[in-house]
Amino acid sequence: MSEKTIQDINAKIADGSVHVVTAEEMPGIVAELGADGAVREVDIVTTGTFGAMCSSGAFLNLGHSDPPIKMQKVWFNDVEAYTGLAAIDAYMGATQLSETRGMEYGGGHVIEDLVAGRSVDIHATAYGTDCYPRKLLDTTVTIDDINQATMFNPRNGYQKYNVATNCSERTLYTYMGTLLPDRGNATYSAAGVLSPLYNDPTYQTIGVGSRIFLSGAQGYITGQGTQHDPTNNFATIMVQGDMKQMDPKYVRGATFHGYGTSLYVGIGIPIPILNADIARATAITDADITTNVLDYGVARRARPVLRQVTYEELKSGMIDINGKEVTTSPMSSFHDARAIAGELKEWIQKGKFYPTLPVENLPNTGVVFKPMKQMGEQPSVADVMAQRVTTIRQGLTVEDAARAITEGNFNHLPVVSDEDKLVGIITAWDIAKAVAKSKRDKLDDIMTRNVVTADASEPVDTAARKLELHNISAMPVVNKHSKVVGIITSDDISKLVARR
Amino acid sequence: MKFILHATTEITSKPLIAEVILETGTLLNIDRADVKSSGGEVVIDVDQDRYDIVTAAFKKRGVTITPLEQPIIKDDDECVNCGACISVCPTGVISFNDDWTVQMEIARCVQCGACVTMCPQGALMVGK
Ligand code: SF4
Ligand code: SF4
Repeated sequence: MSEKTIQDINAKIADGSVHVVTAEEMPGIVAELGADGAVREVDIVTTGTFGAMCSSGAFLNLGHSDPPIKMQKVWFNDVEAYTGLAAIDAYMGATQLSETRGMEYGGGHVIEDLVAGRSVDIHATAYGTDCYPRKLLDTTVTIDDINQATMFNPRNGYQKYNVATNCSERTLYTYMGTLLPDRGNATYSAAGVLSPLYNDPTYQTIGVGSRIFLSGAQGYITGQGTQHDPTNNFATIMVQGDMKQMDPKYVRGATFHGYGTSLYVGIGIPIPILNADIARATAITDADITTNVLDYGVARRARPVLRQVTYEELKSGMIDINGKEVTTSPMSSFHDARAIAGELKEWIQKGKFYPTLPVENLPNTGVVFKPMKQMGEQPSVADVMAQRVTTIRQGLTVEDAARAITEGNFNHLPVVSDEDKLVGIITAWDIAKAVAKSKRDKLDDIMTRNVVTADASEPVDTAARKLELHNISAMPVVNKHSKVVGIITSDDISKLVARR
Repeated sequence: MKFILHATTEITSKPLIAEVILETGTLLNIDRADVKSSGGEVVIDVDQDRYDIVTAAFKKRGVTITPLEQPIIKDDDECVNCGACISVCPTGVISFNDDWTVQMEIARCVQCGACVTMCPQGALMVGK
């Protein structure tokens, strides 16, 4: 069996004889030469990915002002950065929103503006101390005016990610983009065959100290990323790199409508082909990589898995989800992932980049991504709803409804069929309008038929969001036979929040 | 060819489009209609050779018309070729080239704006 060391490979880089290919070229080579032959032939395989990575940010050191300030709060272009550090250090997170422009501009855009050399306005406040008397600071800087500008991303480069679709009846705005109702589309993250971590899935060459391509600079992996989950092939990496060396093309602030801001980051990892196992792993193709299609219509931690797909199917542009042909969209750029793998390849060929072996590999087993420990039970709709709810039979008159509402002193009256199924809802306001227009006969003419309902077991938080989205103040709670078992109002929810 | 009808309230209350179809004997395809009580916009698609006759018939009835030359505009400096916009487009305007850059067949655009909302880079704009 052929084996090589990283020193052998680096010596070949130095004398210009190194043979580098991208992860897209490798399957063909292994198919032709076999894994052993590929070890002899190829020294390094380059990978790439370019997409939104929300867990990204930057440590920025501004230098001391005179008189000096210990910043208690600081804003860059109205986007707040974290300052619970020494005097003039701040951490700008990609998803922090502008206080004046909202979702249109955020931390990701500040980082993009800095890397692109654009000037950024800084405003800082402080309480003032004997050593740091200054309380207010306003200045404008470019990246050249500040000391370190270090991109530091706690979770990047997901090995793979879920595919998102939406089985609900409402358009959803998520970090996976706009998801149209009733499986109107499906979105995914695109690296697939070029995915850095999928090309070395046991992390033999990847870990703390691995030198990587980070948005055009030579950066490093500093450890396992947060939520690192190797057991389910959801490995992640923590990375850092010098923003002053980065290429603005690969540092792009982003806005996901209705969700918030993020940062598109470009990562390329070189995989030294030390042995046949590694060669075989880098021969992976889109057809070999599977992932789950999840229903984002369910806003819970455990979203239902609708099916498994391969990246090959996803990239064909169309997948079948429960009998419907659904158009797919990547959220990350395969074009730029390929450009990154290509650029890294060129760096190595020209002797500008030397790969390193990690001082400690990414953990391959024994790491579990735990759900959050939550104190106390999360209240469900059943805990706050009123169980005694007055309903009215379909077919009765507006007068009857008016009487029921005045007697009961409430605003919402669910309308039920003879079989006790919910068929509509009447509010005090509907009745007032009907009376004003002298439409006093059938309820059917004035009731709302498309009733927004809640389920007794759903968390109060999702019910509250439904009320907010539909701009209503109450919903009937129904069981699976559409029978009304209660009613939940925004008042009930506010009282609960006040108690919490 | 596509054009936009800018309709006022008086106009929306008349069977304008039907009248024009009858008068010109031309089939019109309504791509999109945003009509509110305050008036609205209708995007109409018509064969190239009937364009002049049809638009003249609308103008005669007091409707303002603008041709949809560039219904959707993409800023190539902002676009990262992610393709996020592809799956929200109702008329299949956007697709990948072989090299995974994004291309647009703008003649099919009905200016619904879905891709503009979807684009994470703010690279798209509905043409005026
Ligand atoms: S506006 Fe965008 S989404 Fe709508 S039809 Fe045109 S290209 Fe397609
Ligand atoms: S969503 Fe925006 S950035 Fe992505 S391909 Fe479409 S236009 Fe380009």
